[in-house]
Formats: sequence, structure tokens, C-alpha cells
Amino acid sequence: MERLIEEIPNFFTIWNVIFLAKAMGVTFLLTAIGCLVGFSVGGLLAIFRKTKSIYLLPLRIFIVIYTEIFRRVPFLVSLLLFFYVFQIIKISDDLFLIATITVCIIATAYIGEIIRSGIESINQTQWDAATAMNFTYYQTLREVIFPQAWKVILPPAFGFFIMFIKDTALASQIGVMELTFAAKILNNKGFSPLLSFGTILILYFILSFPLDRFGKYMERKLASNKN
Amino acid sequence: MPQIKIKSINAFYEKLHVLKNIELNVSKGEIVSLIGPSGSGKSSLLKMLVGLLIPKSGKIYLNENLVNFKNQSDLRTIREQIAIVFQQYNLFQNMNVLKNVCIAPTKIQKRDPKEVNEQALNLLEKVGLKDKLKSYPDELSGGQQQRVAIARALCLNPQILLLDEITSALDPELVKEVLDSIRLLASEGMTMLIVSHEMNFVKEVSSRVVFMDEGSIIEINNPRNIFEKPKEKRTLDFVSKILKEK
Repeated sequence: MERLIEEIPNFFTIWNVIFLAKAMGVTFLLTAIGCLVGFSVGGLLAIFRKTKSIYLLPLRIFIVIYTEIFRRVPFLVSLLLFFYVFQIIKISDDLFLIATITVCIIATAYIGEIIRSGIESINQTQWDAATAMNFTYYQTLREVIFPQAWKVILPPAFGFFIMFIKDTALASQIGVMELTFAAKILNNKGFSPLLSFGTILILYFILSFPLDRFGKYMERKLASNKN
Repeated sequence: MPQIKIKSINAFYEKLHVLKNIELNVSKGEIVSLIGPSGSGKSSLLKMLVGLLIPKSGKIYLNENLVNFKNQSDLRTIREQIAIVFQQYNLFQNMNVLKNVCIAPTKIQKRDPKEVNEQALNLLEKVGLKDKLKSYPDELSGGQQQRVAIARALCLNPQILLLDEITSALDPELVKEVLDSIRLLASEGMTMLIVSHEMNFVKEVSSRVVFMDEGSIIEINNPRNIFEKPKEKRTLDFVSKILKEK
């Protein structure tokens, strides 16, 4: 304990603080880009998956295959796969870019599925009423289905986002300098594991807590039937 | 000249043959009631008329125009002219009463919101729900929801109104009010197809009654004949059973 207290002034030097802040920024960016791309592209996939047009059948098949594969493959496996594919075809050796692309692909598959199940949770009678009044598919989604589906979509979506902050730690496996990797480096420099990993534990909490509160706020705002 | 002409229509829910060789003409201003046991195809026939069930064969003419159910523009046209009130009301759960009534006329028919609002208020007053404008469907009783659904359908200014079991959820004292509204609509030239298990309602309001069983039309007759001297034995069995239960 005494050693730990002695270490604290040396640990929280300006350089280490900047180093950890940068790593925290990487973790934040990976999560934010993953969530934003996942939510928007995943939303589009869910919308197209529900269409009935024969012309969109190939797209629907692609969406099903894509979603089912990437929801079943562990994040680390996808990450390593993309890492080696990028190495082989020499697209880029930017580790952050590789991690970001992988994160977006996984998040899109997961969130697309969450949004699809939200859409499907709404009773067919709501679709029938809208169709009988000449609403188009997209008008029905916007005016009738999504306002009712948010309460089904948002809790698991934000649960996924928060889990995702933690999952980005796996990006350290290909050398992305995010929070977990930064803690490992500080530990390897001789700082106690308790101090190194204890600090990033607090930083992970600082990242995930506001997201959790934001999720609750959005649930209150959007997920009420009465809006 | 029939406003709706249904010729040899067959329709399926997947493999289930729900409408078998249906032939029916409905003239302007006529009130045709569809009766028959559950699963006889009455609601399916109404759903088909608004394109929620696509027929596999046969032809439908609306105001003498052949409807192509594979053509979105034709589907839009029939839905502009025909409104349906569903058995389960199907009100939009995320909208209050007034918005439920106004949304399609303003957003889909692109009518003037002020004029729609005024018409909606009149209709809601007619069905006795002017004090519930801001209420949501889950705050209303079944009967109240059904009346909102009727107002919502009427606000679309349809030529033809389809009513699927609309009295089933109404309080007995409100059935008369709805009946009166329907009579008024008929006197204004509104054509109506009504599915109902309420035989008194059917007797009182219909110009003709269609008895359906197992997806087929068994008999078409005037209400007096269908209830007192039906031509078909199946009609007699059904009517006697229903009247006995009453």
C-alpha cells in the first residue's frame, strides 16, 4: 500500500496523463464511430430487410448473410482477420483504421439486428391500418412504427454501446494504443498493476457512465408511446 | 351500374384458400352486410378490397375501372376511395385521438390541415368523443377506440366504407348511435360493406345480406328473406343457430 502511495506522484506526471488521455480518446473514437456508423447503417439494413420488393431480394439475402456471420464471429477473430487481410492486400497499415473498420462492421451487424427486432415487435395491425390509408413503407416506418419501436430498440442498443466501450480493449491485440494497451505499457514500465489498471478502470467508467445516462434520457424522450 | 364489381375472385393466405370464386356487385349507396361463421372469409373479402390481401385470380372493378392489384398506382386509387374500419380498431398507439384522425388526410392526402382539423372535430363530436381529443388509444375503452376508428375512416372522405365487426366492442347504448351515424352516411350516398355478427344491426341497416361459409358466398338476399325464408340450408342452419343463441 505504501509503495502504491509513493508511486502516485510519479504515475500522474504530465506525460503519463497526456498518454492516458490520448489512449482514452482512441477508445472514445473507436466506440463513437462504431456506434454512429452501426446505428445508421444498421438501421438502413433493418429497413431494407423488411422490404418486400422482388428487386431488393439480393440485397435482403446479403443483409441476412452479413448479419448472421458477423453476429456469430467473436470480435477478436474479426479484428485479427481484417488485420491480416489488410496486411496481405496492402490497403493500409494504419492500425486505428483497421480497428475502426472492424468495429463498424461488427456494430452494424449487431445494431441492425436490434433495430430489426424492434421493428418486428410492432403489431401487424399497425402496418395494415397505415397501408389501408395509403401510407408508403417509409412513411409507415417514420410516422407509426419507429415512434413505437424505440422503447424496444433503445435499451438493448445502449446496452450494446456500453459493452462496446469495453470490447474496444481487444483492439490492443493488434497494437492500437487504446486504454487497455496504455495500461499494459505503464505496467511494463514498472508501475504497479493495481495503479495502472485501476486508473483505466476509472477512465472506462468516465466514458461509459455519461453514455448510460444519455441512453436513459433518450429512452424517456423517445421511447414513450405518447410523443 | 355497380360501384364495386367482384368477378370470380380467389385469394389465399399462403396455402389456405380463403376466398373461393367470389361474385358480388355493390351499387352506389347500397349497404351490404356480410354474415357467416368465423373463418368464412368475410374479413378477408374486406381486406382484399383495400389491397391488404392480393387475389390470385379474378377481377375487381371499382367504378367500372379494372383494378390491377400488382400496380401500386391502382392500389393507391382504391385506397383513396375505400376506407376500412378494423375489428381491432388498429389506432396508431403513438398518436392521440385527434392526430389519429388527422394524420392521413394531412400527410397522405395533402389536404389543408385547418380544414382537416375542423372536419376531424366535427366527426369526433358526432361520435361523442370531442372531450377525448388529447387522449391516447390505451386510455380509451374498446367502444371509444372503435368510434375514433370510424371518425378516422370518415375523415378520409371515402366513397365506400368497409366496417369489419364494428359493433362487437360497443356498449349496447352506443350501438344505436353508431347505427344512426351509418344510416346518415347511407342517406348521404355512402356505399358500405359491413361484416357483423349483430343480426339485429344487420337486419335493420342492410339493403342486402350476403351469407358466406368456408370462403364461398352461399346466398345473397334481402335481410327479410335471409332471416325469415333463406333459400339455402346452410344459411338457414346458421341463422337459426345465431337467432337461437340470442
